[in-house]
Order: sequence, then C-alpha cells, then structure tokens
Amino acid sequence: MSEIKPPSRWTLWLPLVLFVGFAGLAMSGLFRPAQREVESAMIGKPLPQFTLRAAVPERPGLARSDLADGKPRLLNVFASWCLPCAVEAPQLATLQAEGVEIVGVAIRDRPEDVAAFLARHGNPFTRIGADDRSEVQLGIGSSGVPETFVIDGQGTIRYQHIGEIRPEHVALLREKLKEVGS
Amino acid sequence: MTRAWFLLAALALFAAPLSAQDAVPPAPYANVQLPDAAQEAKAHALMLTLRCLKCQSQSIADSDAPMAGDMRSLVRERIAAGEDPEAIRAWLVERYGDYVSYAPRVTPLTWPLYAIPLVLLAAIGLVLRRRLRKGDGA
Repeated sequence: MSEIKPPSRWTLWLPLVLFVGFAGLAMSGLFRPAQREVESAMIGKPLPQFTLRAAVPERPGLARSDLADGKPRLLNVFASWCLPCAVEAPQLATLQAEGVEIVGVAIRDRPEDVAAFLARHGNPFTRIGADDRSEVQLGIGSSGVPETFVIDGQGTIRYQHIGEIRPEHVALLREKLKEVGS
Repeated sequence: MTRAWFLLAALALFAAPLSAQDAVPPAPYANVQLPDAAQEAKAHALMLTLRCLKCQSQSIADSDAPMAGDMRSLVRERIAAGEDPEAIRAWLVERYGDYVSYAPRVTPLTWPLYAIPLVLLAAIGLVLRRRLRKGDGA
C-alpha cells in the first residue's frame, strides 16, 4: 500500500470545487424564472388541413383554404373562458383598425358564450372557427390560450406570439406582418 | 353538518368559472376506452409517455385538463384507425418538439447522458484492475 502516493495538493480541492459549482448551478436554477411556455415547432411550416364550423352566427367559420389567398393575417387562438383573452382585446382592436385582418379560433366554446364575450370585448375577427376538440390547436403546435400566429399569404405559419398581446407587443406583430407581406 | 354544506357551497361558487372550459362536451374518446382491449392497452401505454401541455408535470393519461382530454381522444382515434403509436408520437413531436414526449431519445444534445456512465464504468474497471494487480504483486 505504501506505493500509493498521497493526492497532490490541487486534487484535494477538487471535491470542494465540484460542490461549489453544483451549488451555484442549483441556486441559479432556483432564482431564474423557469421557461414554462412551449413554443410551436411549426414555424415556417404550412398550416394543416382543417374546416371549422362558425363559432357565432354573425361570422363565417374557418378553413385552411380561407388562409391562402395571398394576404397575410393574424390567427388568434382564444376562448370566452380565458381571462387574458379579454386583456388583449384592445390591442387586437388597434391592429384591426389599422387594416390587419384577424381570424379567430375559439377553443371549446359554446356559441352563446363566444357571442357574449365578443359583445363585451369587441369583435376584431373576420372569421371565427369553433375548435371544439383542440384539432387546430394541436395541429399548429399551440399549447394554450391566448396565442397569436402570423400567417403569410400562402398559409404558412411565420411567427407565434404566446400569451396575451400587451400594448408593447403590437409594434412587433405589425413588423412581422410587414415582413411576410412583402 | 351545516358547516360542511357551507364549505361545499363556497367551493361550488369558486368552481363555476373553471368549469367554463368544459362547457362543450368532451371529445368522443377523451374519457372513454376503446372497445378493443389490445388497442386500448397500446393507446394507454402511449398516453402515459405524452406530456400534458397545460399541466406540464403530468402525462395526458393522468391529467384532467380539457386539452389533455382532447389529446387522449386524438391518440385513441388514431390507434383505432391503425396508426403506429410511434408515428403518433412523431406527429406530436413535429408540432411541440421533444418536450411533449416523456420517452427519452438519443440526440446530439442528450448522448452524453448515455455515454458518461459507460465512460465512468470503464474508468472504474481500469482503476480496479491496476489495484488488483498491485495487490497480487505484494
């Protein structure tokens, strides 16, 4: 046993260094807010085929074929039971007033509930499809409400905004629409 | 007893807004098993390894979120139509990335997780061999 040399001086410190490094990593993980949003992997890919019935009588339903006529637009995934969806209503109204076309996908919603929601918060949509089984939502990689997608004139998904559109997000969406429009 | 009733009433009051996203009847196979037991077993095994996107620490088999119900129905309907479970997983991964799947995969990012234990085992083997040989010599 006498042949085994005592560890050299720097290796004595190695366990401590490893421990401090690990503790630092754990602390930074504790204090950094976690990324809880699941981004869609469908950016740059075409929309899937779908045909949704009209969510309210006043607006037509929504199909894949309505979204490939050469005009870029916003596709807003919302629901009457979703509180942040009410928060983003003024921002959608602003964009609509500027001439942006917005189509809606209402998730698991009854016509009377959607109508009440639109009566209260305004209706910026040209078409609203009722997605009763999250078919479109799952098809485009959306994991919650509200989410807003920029769709180009060919029906390709170009950008995803997760969560409610706050006033500071309007300029970015405007810019993304301009990018895909040209 | 009256207190229990009062509590129940209070709970029901708070539950009302939450139930709104259940206003529409659930997808046909959200909470209904497939008639074919073998297909249901296949579907259930897959559902246990798919992440609920609304409640991210649960599988869609465990979650009561309406969206998880829609995902269960999607899985069961596709299995019933004869689709391979791994094809359904791939379809979801194409939309949500690897995050949606609980089944680990070897990718350029994850290969060290599989390689490091092998390297450590090999290193331990080497060290042991050296020590044992020295022991023989003494």
